[in-house]
Order: sequence, then C-alpha cells, then structure tokens
Amino acid sequence: MSIAHTCAAGMGGLRAAGDLVARLQMAKGMRLAEAKQAVADALGVGVRDLSDNQAMHELRGERRLGRIYEAEVSYFRDPSPLEAKLNIEKLLGLELNGVRALRERLGG
Amino acid sequence: MASRVVTRMGDGSLVELMPAEIRAELEAGVEAAVTRFKVEPLAGDELDHLADIFTSPARFVSVAVGDEVVLSQDGTGQPQQGGSVQALYETEQLICQDTVELSNLDYSYPAVKTIAPYEQQTMKEAQERLTIPVHYGAQPDLGRYSRPDGPVGNWSELLPQMRIDEARAAQEEAVELAVADMVHVAEALWEAGADGIDFDTAGAAGDADLLAALRAVEHLRRRHPDMGIMVGMASEVVLGTHGRLEHGGVRLAGLKPEGQLRVVQAAGATIFGPAVTVNTGKTVAWNTARAITLCKPCMAAAEIPVHMNVGMGVGGVPMSAFAPVDAVSRVSRACVDVLRLDGL
Repeated sequence: MSIAHTCAAGMGGLRAAGDLVARLQMAKGMRLAEAKQAVADALGVGVRDLSDNQAMHELRGERRLGRIYEAEVSYFRDPSPLEAKLNIEKLLGLELNGVRALRERLGG
Repeated sequence: MASRVVTRMGDGSLVELMPAEIRAELEAGVEAAVTRFKVEPLAGDELDHLADIFTSPARFVSVAVGDEVVLSQDGTGQPQQGGSVQALYETEQLICQDTVELSNLDYSYPAVKTIAPYEQQTMKEAQERLTIPVHYGAQPDLGRYSRPDGPVGNWSELLPQMRIDEARAAQEEAVELAVADMVHVAEALWEAGADGIDFDTAGAAGDADLLAALRAVEHLRRRHPDMGIMVGMASEVVLGTHGRLEHGGVRLAGLKPEGQLRVVQAAGATIFGPAVTVNTGKTVAWNTARAITLCKPCMAAAEIPVHMNVGMGVGGVPMSAFAPVDAVSRVSRACVDVLRLDGL
C-alpha cells in the first residue's frame, strides 16, 4: 500500500525533495504550496523540480543534503545523515530536533 | 459500446461494473455524505473527474507530474525483518516516503510509557541513521485506563447500566491520566531527537479520548514552541461516549472532519489527518466519493496542512491488509486531485 501511494501521489522523499517539504509542514505548519515554494526558492529550482528524482538526485549530491544509495554506484564522499541534516538546517533556516539533541550531547 | 470496468469493493474483492454503474456509485457516495452529515455535495466537474478515474481500465493511475503531495505514514518502524531502525531506514531508502514514524507494536501511549527510555534509545539511533524526518507516534488509547486494564471505572460497562454520572466521571479521570502519559512520552522522545510527535487515531474511544489528545497538544505547544505535532483522527464523527466534553467552548461529541480540524488547529497541532472509515459492503468508488465529500469542508478551513488518512480501511482504501494497487492508486489520485490535499 505504501508503495502504491508513493508511486501514485508521493513527492519521493529522499529520492527527490519530499523530506524537505515535509520538514516545513511539520515544524512550521506550512500548507503544501507555501512549503514547496520555500524549498524551491532555497534550492534555486522550480516547484515542479522538487518531485523530479533525476534532477534532485544530482542537486542533493551537489548541495550535500543526503540522497538514496544505489547498489551500482558508490557515494562514499556523500555526507552521513547527521552531516546532511546540518546542511538541511542551513538550507531551510530551521533547527532540526535530531541535530539539537546531538548538540546537547556534545555540550554546545 | 461501453464495456465492464474492473473495480473493487470496500473489502478489496474484485467486481466488474458498467461505467454508468460506477458513476451511480459515486453519486450515491456523495449523497450518503450529504444526507447523513449535512455537507455540501461535490460539484459536477469534480464528479466527472472521479468518474474518469474510476472508469479508467488502467491497472494503476496517478496524479499529474508536479501535483505530488507529502506522504507521512504511521507505523513505519514495524520491521518485516531486522529491527525498528532498519525498518525505518528501508522505508527511507526503498519506499521513499517523505517521513517515517518510530512506533511500538503496542501502538498506545499508556503502553509505551513504561518503555520510554528504550524508545528514546531507538530514536537516537534512528536520528543518526536516517536523513528524512523521524516522528514518534502512538494512540491516546483512553480505553486502556479503564478496568480491568487500568485504574478507573469502565464506562463501557457503566453506560449500559445507565450509571451515566459514574461513566462520565470515569472518563474525566482517565483524561487526566492520559494527558500526563502522552506528555511524558512525547517529551521523552522529543528530548531524544524526534522530528515530531503523532497522536494517531485520536477520538477512537470517543469525545474524552479526543479531549485528552487536545489537552496534551496544548500542553506540549506551550512548553515546546518548535515541536512538530500531528493529530490523526479515528473516524468521521467523534462519538459522544461522555457527551458533555468541550474544548475551547466547542462540544466535541458529534464533530465532523471540519470541526475536528478546527479544534486540532486551535490546540496547536501543525498537521491534521482526517479519517473516514470504509463500508466494506460498498464499492471503492462509493467509499471514496463519500470520504472526499466529508473532508472537503476541511480544506477551506485549514490553516495547517491536511494529510488525509488513506491507510487500510480509511479514506476509501479497502479494508484489506494487502489492498490492491488499482484501488489504492485511484483513492490516492482522487483525494489529491479533488481535495488539493497537503499530504496523505
């Protein structure tokens, strides 16, 4: 069922930019159009590009925002999830709670 | 000459109908919502669009490119193989949902209170392993506080005995206990790094169940202004198992999706999830048309994102653990296209 919804109507999560739009919805209560526009503006792309996994895979790699791993391609220089989330914080101007918890554990 | 179209019943079983019969099912679904819940019917062009979707011979349908919405999902931390973090990671990497949700198999805030430290540990590991938002979710589950499972009187036993005052008092006592437990668990998981908290299936035990969720949301919003909070509903109408409970001057019993949205948004949630249950004896077309008609008033009133519940047995999706993709994809597209939802 999850796969059917993903293929029928989903933004693609880490394959595209759905996770970034979701972050603004959950943290800020932004409606979809506003959240999509904010992410598109931050990335310097059009709104339609946000669900285009071909475009976003390259862009996420360039901006070091994390991306899915493909068994046939090595991305060993890509950021770890926490590194990627530090970059997402800067991109969205949003403190991510998982990163906040890490900072607390680091004492700063 | 028109030929029969493969479609589904609400239990997932296959049925073949003529296009005109599917159109009649859609109209009957809208009428069922209008008659029972006093909402406006869908417009003619909306019904035409639904008819196009449900009479298509395609095995799979989808929204137009560019019209995709955010997919949040409960229960993604339940593994087919391996552990919870592995399940969340696989959902991120393979299914590509936009968010995932860590949860316990016993999807209940009172149940997970006793294991909150272990859930915190798992959340910490999930935050280190995943890039997409990782929420924590469970149900208010007010019934768990009644005897013999919990400490307060059992209102399901008291009500048939006409001991109304005792039943109401028991529910009010349970609300206080539930709020404390939900706040305790939510704050523990927030401390561990959760990207948001989900109060799922709110109102499942009636108006007191919803009141507990709303009070927990209010409390958390006051203490944590940045916390993402999602409230998903249990059904299209809040049962009045108490009957007199109010939130912000609004009586909770009998609230329909628009009213539910208004109280949830006023409490301080950042995402609202309406739920409309499926009638397994009716077609998917009937159920979807009814669900969309019931949820449409939400969209104009919403100041926060609306993620309609379209899991097993809600929103038009068949009541089946293995819902057929032809039915699921039609529900997905129909809800997004007609309602212009913020997410599913």
